Amino acid sequence: MSTLEIKNLHASVNGTDILKGLTLSVPKGEVHAIMGPNGSGKSTLAKVMAGHQDYEVGSGDVLLDGKSLLEMDVDERAREGLFLAFQYPAEIPGVSNANFLRAARQARLPDGEEIDAVAFYQEMYEKMAKLGMDKKFTGRSVNEGFSGGEKKRNEVLQMMMLEPKYAVLDETDSGLDIDALKIVAEGVNAMRSEERGFLVITHYQRLLEYIVPDYVHVLNEGRIIRSGPKELALELEEKGYDWLKEGELVKS
Amino acid sequence: MSTDSNSGNMIEIDREESNFHYDVEYKHDAGMGLSEDTIDYIANVKGEDQWITDFRKKALRVFHEKKMPTHWASEDLNSINFDEIRYYLSDGEAPKRSWDDVPNEMKETFERLGIPEKERKFLAGVEAQFDSEAAYSNVKDAVAEQGVIFVNSSEGLAEHADIFRKWFGKVIPTGDNKFSALNSAVFSGGSFIYVPPGVKVKHPLQAYFRINAEQFGQFERTLIIVDEGAELTYMEGCTAPKFETTTLHSAVVELVAMKDAKIQYITVQNWSANVFNLVTKRGLAHENAEVRWIDCNIGSRLTMKYPGVVMKGEGARGEVISIALANDGQHQDTGAKMIHAADNTTSNVVSKSISVGEGRSTYRGQVHIPKHLKGCKNNTECDALLINSKSRTDTYPAITVRGNKHSTQHEASVSQVSEEQIFYMKQRGLSETEAMSLSVNGFVNDLVREFPMEYSVELKRLIELEMEGSVG
Repeated sequence: MSTLEIKNLHASVNGTDILKGLTLSVPKGEVHAIMGPNGSGKSTLAKVMAGHQDYEVGSGDVLLDGKSLLEMDVDERAREGLFLAFQYPAEIPGVSNANFLRAARQARLPDGEEIDAVAFYQEMYEKMAKLGMDKKFTGRSVNEGFSGGEKKRNEVLQMMMLEPKYAVLDETDSGLDIDALKIVAEGVNAMRSEERGFLVITHYQRLLEYIVPDYVHVLNEGRIIRSGPKELALELEEKGYDWLKEGELVKS
Repeated sequence: MSTDSNSGNMIEIDREESNFHYDVEYKHDAGMGLSEDTIDYIANVKGEDQWITDFRKKALRVFHEKKMPTHWASEDLNSINFDEIRYYLSDGEAPKRSWDDVPNEMKETFERLGIPEKERKFLAGVEAQFDSEAAYSNVKDAVAEQGVIFVNSSEGLAEHADIFRKWFGKVIPTGDNKFSALNSAVFSGGSFIYVPPGVKVKHPLQAYFRINAEQFGQFERTLIIVDEGAELTYMEGCTAPKFETTTLHSAVVELVAMKDAKIQYITVQNWSANVFNLVTKRGLAHENAEVRWIDCNIGSRLTMKYPGVVMKGEGARGEVISIALANDGQHQDTGAKMIHAADNTTSNVVSKSISVGEGRSTYRGQVHIPKHLKGCKNNTECDALLINSKSRTDTYPAITVRGNKHSTQHEASVSQVSEEQIFYMKQRGLSETEAMSLSVNGFVNDLVREFPMEYSVELKRLIELEMEGSVG
């Protein structure tokens, strides 16, 4: 039950099939990495799980601790405990980071209950300090004018503040220099716990040196074609994806 | 650190809460339609001097002569049937100085709108108009003792004729436009304020305009004179019940800021969606004086309002800060007029409009700087936010600058709340409505900050309520 479970998932965008029977399960307490070449369906998977309107689910299911997410609206899935760290986070002019986070936290409370503003700010400042973010950040509009690194750090901050049950990190390493990558990875590692599962989507093995996964899955043409321990990532780095594609050897 | 959520319950007015009316027996009813008889009726009830009646009748002729401005404005103006509107309704009572003396229906109306509570909390004085006349009018003793006069227009004309007459119709002449002529013919209610030299009124004075009756027109007339070196903040709010028939609201507001004076005039307009709101507002700024309009239009069916400042004295400053929100069935046609008439005068216009669904927003701006002046500055910014593809926005800036010793700047932008932004916010757990009102509030955030705190809270609430039900 304490699992994020993707069952034989088929999904398409504009009539093109992208996911073609993807099956994967991420138990709480584990970090799973999904690697794959461009166009294999990595980002589609993240968007479909979160409920993006452009993607149509043909069949299959996504279960969060046994509850199907597919019937839920985007925000319900989020409140259920699914968090997506975006590859390209949206900018929201005029809405400060602090107000945004506050609204997101408030949305998780029952009607009539108000968040404790003082405790909220205290917690936010502590978590920002861990990510090496300046306090001034709170007053800036969400992601507006942020550098690539700042955006990704902000995603991790949001994850830390919203404390999801499962987090999907979509190409969180893209656009990061090595220092930023380390900070972001530290943030993620600090969140690793028995109570939380991670699905880390990445094109390169580099991120997995800092966020060490329990399992690595290889996605190709909308299906997991190989699963294995963390060493699989190194192998891929060395040999490239073609080595696996040609044979389509193994299923998970 | 901003902690605004706790104060959120202090003032809550939304269109549903204000959508009620009482069956009131009106002692005075000028009846349907508009003629010289209507004017005689009003003049008789008010016991006005002959010169005022003459002024009214002349204005009526101007009103009839002037064409509807549909060659540039909305055709929807033609939907107003001037024969099916009542031009004067009152109970014949003078405004009360104490809420205890206000007749029950009126008192309950204003209590439901939270006016007495606001008065206690942060206002220096309140005038509460119910249809054609003020039901309540009071200014705090400490403010009255400084010589500040705050009464309705009839009382102003009767008791302070010398100063009233000196400025009445001088900032906005009768013939300025068809609706200023209409107001000049049948005006009733509105505020007359005089602030003596050097007096800085610490807390705002507020007027609240309530329309209760169906098939009715409200024509308040406001004249505010702030003498040398004095300062005043005035706020107005307005609501009406929603009727099937059309309601007309056509006010004229004239401001006079003498040398070194400052006037800030704040409006939160939240009329019901059957109200035609056709208002003329202009301020005259003498040497080094400042006139600032903060204008927020959320309600009404059609609003046409372009607050203006005539900068007559050297160093005068004019400002218009405007927020408009047009939902389905609404057209907010707003803007600003900045007339530079002296050297080294400065004007600033910042306008933000939001169009939702089939709502329509129009910005019309006029900036005039003649050739013989020097050192004048204008800055104009207008930004429009569209929510869904059916909404429409237009910008008509007219900037006439002659001579080369001036500086002007104009920026305009149109943006949309994108699906990706909404998706992002929803992924963080916000509902679509919450996401939408957060981004709309974000869009107007820098302007909302210009409002006094009590009003900015109310404004945010109003925007949130408007967004509810408009998305989905």
